[in-house]
Amino acid sequence: MDIGWYLVVSAMIFTIGAAGVLTRRSPLVVLLCLELMLNAGNLALIAFARMHGNADGQIFAIIVMVVAACEVTVGLGLIVAMHRRRLPIDVDEMRELQG
Amino acid sequence: MAEVLFFLAGIGAIAGAIGVVAVRNPFYSVLALVCHLLSLAALFLLLRAEFVAAAQVVVYAGAVMVLYVFVVAYVGGQDEPLGARPGRGLRPVAALFGAVLFVELCIATLGSGLQLIDSNGTELPAGFGSPEQIGELLLTKFLLPFEVASFLLLIAAVGAVVLARRRGGITAAEDQARYSAMDMLRPASTGTMAEAVGGRSGTARHEALPASRSESPSESTDEDA
Repeated sequence: MDIGWYLVVSAMIFTIGAAGVLTRRSPLVVLLCLELMLNAGNLALIAFARMHGNADGQIFAIIVMVVAACEVTVGLGLIVAMHRRRLPIDVDEMRELQG
Repeated sequence: MAEVLFFLAGIGAIAGAIGVVAVRNPFYSVLALVCHLLSLAALFLLLRAEFVAAAQVVVYAGAVMVLYVFVVAYVGGQDEPLGARPGRGLRPVAALFGAVLFVELCIATLGSGLQLIDSNGTELPAGFGSPEQIGELLLTKFLLPFEVASFLLLIAAVGAVVLARRRGGITAAEDQARYSAMDMLRPASTGTMAEAVGGRSGTARHEALPASRSESPSESTDEDA
């Protein structure tokens, strides 16, 4: 398959993730959509690594996976803290920082 | 053969992504994401990234998704009405934004004038993407990012523990709610999490069932104080 097709799939997954971040209200699902966007970036990185025959892009993808795991850990910790304090699990209700 | 596999895996990945966004219950969203990740690992295999595909399945679909499932089960995973309440007009705007973003990304990547983008890629050296090559690169050329990533993981783990820990013991109402039949069977002060956190052991139980556990009077006085 041409490398371009992989990039099209990657763009589509990124788009779906971005639309999900904009429309969903549960922070759990927003985190899942962030995962989608990071995975789309991973797919593009690995496609470019295949295109150039250079494995550096795969190292980039592994580092992105590490950062995604950290983000998930902290995000889920925040959600658990919100649940403990009986705050609504809803990104539209959390507007204290909005001023 | 590669084309068939590509289309199967690509359709699986995109369907999983749509499922994450469109399904109402967060638990099913997590399951759709697992399907998406497995299809994406197949795509990685087609791109000769064996080690990254294996890490994707083990780390993402295995560990991170289990974390998600735990938190969804803990928080309760209540159904969210899709687009019922505020922001009524924002959903079409978000769809429009997504379409524009997709077109823009396609123009940016496919129109970039890269010569190899319409080919299958260059010929690969032997052992491309194998664990040997990835390990060698991580420990020579990318040693600093590797170490920084390990520190980042450590900081994230400590941060999650600090964020999610229980502050200030257990409230009485919460204590009441967690009684089960096991409380009658087990001796007092034998290592429940409630005792570890609050230093209190089954206070309300002794009040509620004074006759059943008469052999531990010290605890009931302890909690009266």
